[in-house]
Amino acid sequence: MQFFFEVLIGGLLSGVMYSFIALGFVLIYKASGVFNFAQGAMVFFAALTFVGIMEMGVPFWLALILAFGAMVLLGIATEKIVLRPLVNQPPIALFMATIGLTFFVEGLAQAMWGASVRGLDLGIQDEPIGWILEATDIGVSKFDLFAAGVAAVLVTALALFFQYTRVGRALRAVADDHQAALSIGIPLQNIWRIVWAVAGFVALVAGLLWGARNGVQFALVFTALKALPVLILGGFTSVPGAIVGGLIIGSSEKLAEVYLGSYVGGGIDSWFPYVLALAFLLVRPEGLFGEKHIDRV
Amino acid sequence: MTTTTHQAAESDSYLTVNNIEVIYDHVILVLKGVSLQVPKGRIVALLGANGAGKSTTLKSISNLLAAERGDVTKGDIMFKGTRVDQMTPNELVKRGVIQVMEGRHCFGHLTLEENLLTGAYTRSISRAELKQSLEMVYHYFPRLKQRRMTQAGYTSGGEQQMCAIGRALMAKPEMILLDEPSMGLAPQIVEEIFEIVKNLNQSERVSFLLAEQNTMVALRYADFGYILENGRVVMEGDAKDLASNEDVKEFYLGLSSAGRKSFRDVKHYRRRKRWLS
Repeated sequence: MQFFFEVLIGGLLSGVMYSFIALGFVLIYKASGVFNFAQGAMVFFAALTFVGIMEMGVPFWLALILAFGAMVLLGIATEKIVLRPLVNQPPIALFMATIGLTFFVEGLAQAMWGASVRGLDLGIQDEPIGWILEATDIGVSKFDLFAAGVAAVLVTALALFFQYTRVGRALRAVADDHQAALSIGIPLQNIWRIVWAVAGFVALVAGLLWGARNGVQFALVFTALKALPVLILGGFTSVPGAIVGGLIIGSSEKLAEVYLGSYVGGGIDSWFPYVLALAFLLVRPEGLFGEKHIDRV
Repeated sequence: MTTTTHQAAESDSYLTVNNIEVIYDHVILVLKGVSLQVPKGRIVALLGANGAGKSTTLKSISNLLAAERGDVTKGDIMFKGTRVDQMTPNELVKRGVIQVMEGRHCFGHLTLEENLLTGAYTRSISRAELKQSLEMVYHYFPRLKQRRMTQAGYTSGGEQQMCAIGRALMAKPEMILLDEPSMGLAPQIVEEIFEIVKNLNQSERVSFLLAEQNTMVALRYADFGYILENGRVVMEGDAKDLASNEDVKEFYLGLSSAGRKSFRDVKHYRRRKRWLS
């Protein structure tokens, strides 16, 4: 039983890491109806920029602020150069544009900072917490717990922002109906800039945590693929959905690996989430928390 | 008309559309020189069949055209003496001109109250003032208050229309461009909505330019009317005169002195060539 809990907790915490990536997708999808394929590239860009600035001898907090600034600039430029000319085009056109953006951002990041793998130390060790280990004999990684804490703060802040602020409300309004939002004087350009900046910030946080764990390298781009089953499970439009989806994916893939892996020769965790997502699509295509499409009959 | 009286009429009017031509997608000519005026504090109806250019006229004033790849290529639009045809919708709403779009376009996943609150986006006001505006809207639309916590997507067509008008009111407009408020609504609800429009016009001094296919109802509540056909104004006049005009009766109200007519007997309407200014 202890072993079960250890696997479960480890899975849940690693799920939080997926949630971070999924969160960036959700934000942009919610506000502009665009599935931003470039989110993974943004994570990579953010992490690499942060490490690059750190290497120049800049202190941690300043580097964080500068990297955030770079993400905001990237967001504004994306809005101006990519999204604005495509206003009122079908969603698939915007989606294609974000695929193009992916390659551009990947290239830009490597052109600016080089392609070598770098380490990143946030000063928090990936080791079991002593007193929990002593009391319950369950190993809980300090780093994972820290990541979970960051996720909790981030999600609470975002949820409050969307629900109760003027800009948050406007963001949801734009997500529902661009044209109507335009007609009541909400400036779409500003809204999109804000969304891309926030998504950039989330990408930065995700990049730092993933980078600290696996090293800042090109493979970060592919972590974005792990976010897909999370999104399908949690729903494309829900911030809490991204978190819950991440937890479910994380824990189920670890449990499946440990308990079912031996029957099929292991390696189950790399495909299990996709099977789970596929099964979910059949039952509840809008995801656990996704907004149902409201149609009046 | 002498020049002096003409100029007096010009300065009297509040919103002036001068001979505008609108082209969609660089090729489709939709408006071929439309001119109209809305005096302050009045209700003006823009009438005509499907595709006559009513919505396009409204959208060229509110400048929602750009988002549909339409463009005002000739003529100009003046509001209170300023040229407004190149302004963004955001600037126009701040100046007091707001459009309520055809088909309501409420934010389906937001509650009715949240819908109303988004209407005040362009005003930087305190919570108290926001509350006050909200109460003002609820005063005119008590039904919205009853259902304020319901997601707009689950409300009835009439409630959505009220929500859309209420949302526009939250921006404290001087002039509302109302596109097809009767669309898809039961006659009783249409009356209710027009009553509220009249009421708003009288008590809040909001001017209205409304596009309607329901000619009969629109002319009953409006002060003045324009009839559009194929992107041109073919007739204009006081609402009362229009409602009693034989041709209008025949073409738009389906009434005729000689009873039902065959299409063969319908006379060809000679358009006034007022667009050649």
